[in-house]
Amino acid sequence: MASDDGADDLRSDAAAGTRADVGALPDIGRREAGGWLVPAAAALAFAALPLVVSPYAQDLIVRIAIYAIFALSLELLVGATGLVSLGHAAFLGIGAYVTVLASGDSGASLALLVPLAMAAAAGYAIVVGALSLRTRGVYFIMVTLAFAQMAYFVVHDTKAGGGSDGIFLYAKPTLAIGAQTLLDLGQRLPFYYTVVAVLVLTYAFIALLLGSRFGHALAGIRVNEQRMRAAGFSTTPYKLAAFTIAGALAGLAGLLLAVKDGAVNPELLSWHESGAVLLMLIFGGIGSLRGAVLGAICFTLLKELFQSEALLGSLASHWQLTLGLTIIAFVAALPRGLIGIGARLRGVRAARAGAARST
Amino acid sequence: MPTGSLMSALPAQVFAPREATSATPLLEAIGLGRRFRGLAAVDNVSIDVCVGEIHAVIGTNGAGKSTLINMLSGELAPSAGSVRFGGNDVTRWSQPRRARAGLGRSYQRTTIFAEFSVLENCRLTAQASEPGPWRIWERAANDTRAIAVAMRALAAAGLDGDAGRIASTLSHGAKRQLEIAMCLATAPRALLLDEPLAGMGAEETGRMLALLASLKETHAILLVEHDMDAVFKVADRITVMVNGQVIASDVPEQIRSDRAVREAYLGDGH
Repeated sequence: MASDDGADDLRSDAAAGTRADVGALPDIGRREAGGWLVPAAAALAFAALPLVVSPYAQDLIVRIAIYAIFALSLELLVGATGLVSLGHAAFLGIGAYVTVLASGDSGASLALLVPLAMAAAAGYAIVVGALSLRTRGVYFIMVTLAFAQMAYFVVHDTKAGGGSDGIFLYAKPTLAIGAQTLLDLGQRLPFYYTVVAVLVLTYAFIALLLGSRFGHALAGIRVNEQRMRAAGFSTTPYKLAAFTIAGALAGLAGLLLAVKDGAVNPELLSWHESGAVLLMLIFGGIGSLRGAVLGAICFTLLKELFQSEALLGSLASHWQLTLGLTIIAFVAALPRGLIGIGARLRGVRAARAGAARST
Repeated sequence: MPTGSLMSALPAQVFAPREATSATPLLEAIGLGRRFRGLAAVDNVSIDVCVGEIHAVIGTNGAGKSTLINMLSGELAPSAGSVRFGGNDVTRWSQPRRARAGLGRSYQRTTIFAEFSVLENCRLTAQASEPGPWRIWERAANDTRAIAVAMRALAAAGLDGDAGRIASTLSHGAKRQLEIAMCLATAPRALLLDEPLAGMGAEETGRMLALLASLKETHAILLVEHDMDAVFKVADRITVMVNGQVIASDVPEQIRSDRAVREAYLGDGH
């Protein structure tokens, strides 16, 4: 028996060290099990859902998809580059406010609004990034928070931003060539499929980015920035580029959110919103694009559940408490987030099998 | 033996004391100094290293060796003096710019990317100097040039059999070899090696010394090291630092018999 164990050890020593043996360590380009099939299947499911669910549920799915885009943009910073920002809502809010302000009373074309909302958010991101990326760790968190609160008070305390009440979007954006309207976001289904398409494009774009040399450099910066500088990477421009792209994508999510709600208010830029999107990432699993989407889905559904008076009665008014406790419980049980549930279960099963063998 | 042929080919440049050197140094520090809150960590240090030689810097803890190497690599700005590399004054160049110009370094503490594979570690550093890093439609994993460079670096460091392993699962000695390979993958002309032998066993040390001896044919190597036996075995020149200053700089035989060095550092019985 003892000699058998020895032979086992030798064999596992010789085989150890490949990705499969070490477990759930991420590939540098973060290829995940199933490759493109899993996100493609999820996209088809999103596309097929309006056939079977009520308009109310469609509305909820649109909200989920917008928050998934927002979470994916933050994942580029937190998971890919290792930059934990607590001010990401500023870019969502700027995208949303620019959309409403540029639409005016008569509405505007998406061909104008999309570049405008993304450029405004990216512009603020360049400024915030250039100043905050000089700091690290908790200081970076605080500086990004401070810049977001600054943007919050600007829209909160100015006439143009409508103060604490916010402003209404009187006419939803359209896309037209000549007199021919191609897309009217004021209609339910076209808007639904636009949001799903933007989610798919955002996911594909970030996946493409992470597999490129640029994305690999971001991964290197996350693991050991000093070593990257020693190898010859000027790391600040890389980080600033990631910060700006993340800001622009959050601005795009803001545009969609403004169209969905038909109004904006300063709470879009508040630190609650920045904290919520960070929680979505932690909930779903940092370091995975699927985790970001999964986190957005589960977070939004749980919030909806705990806010429902029909289901929970008077407890619904304390939804922050119930949602918070649930998330704490999940994170305690699943440190790698919901996306790590498979590895976690495999680990438990392997430990059980090991225990069974040794007794 | 490649090292032997080098010795016979370049005896004057490699073994003569600095004053007599006719070869142009690839890397040169002139009157380098750094003060921390009024305390001189490095004071008026001049040192140079040519292609084809290993120039070792020895000294007790706190002698200023790490500060010196950090100023040469560009991680730390000097308070006085200048650094020249490949004919340029690089004193004001950032570390990444110096690295892209061919100034590579390794760290005392192993600084590999532990969660990536051995090949990925080298491929990543190899892509540092490639044009168009923003071309996001190109797959890094298919970067044949970087992969070829990385495999050559791994072969030079004796790690080509471990390319697919996760770096964190390597032995300590192999991690130090990987550190060198990552440096080589950036195609450096000069190497600043900060205690590459730290924590290594006898066999691993022997392998690393053989690697250094073969690398010096084509590289200028500045070696900071605590292992005296190893230093006297491979170094062509040795500079001794005490309290931030150079007290001696000469060929190993002269350093061994230098009275000031023996008193300050080597101690009796060495």
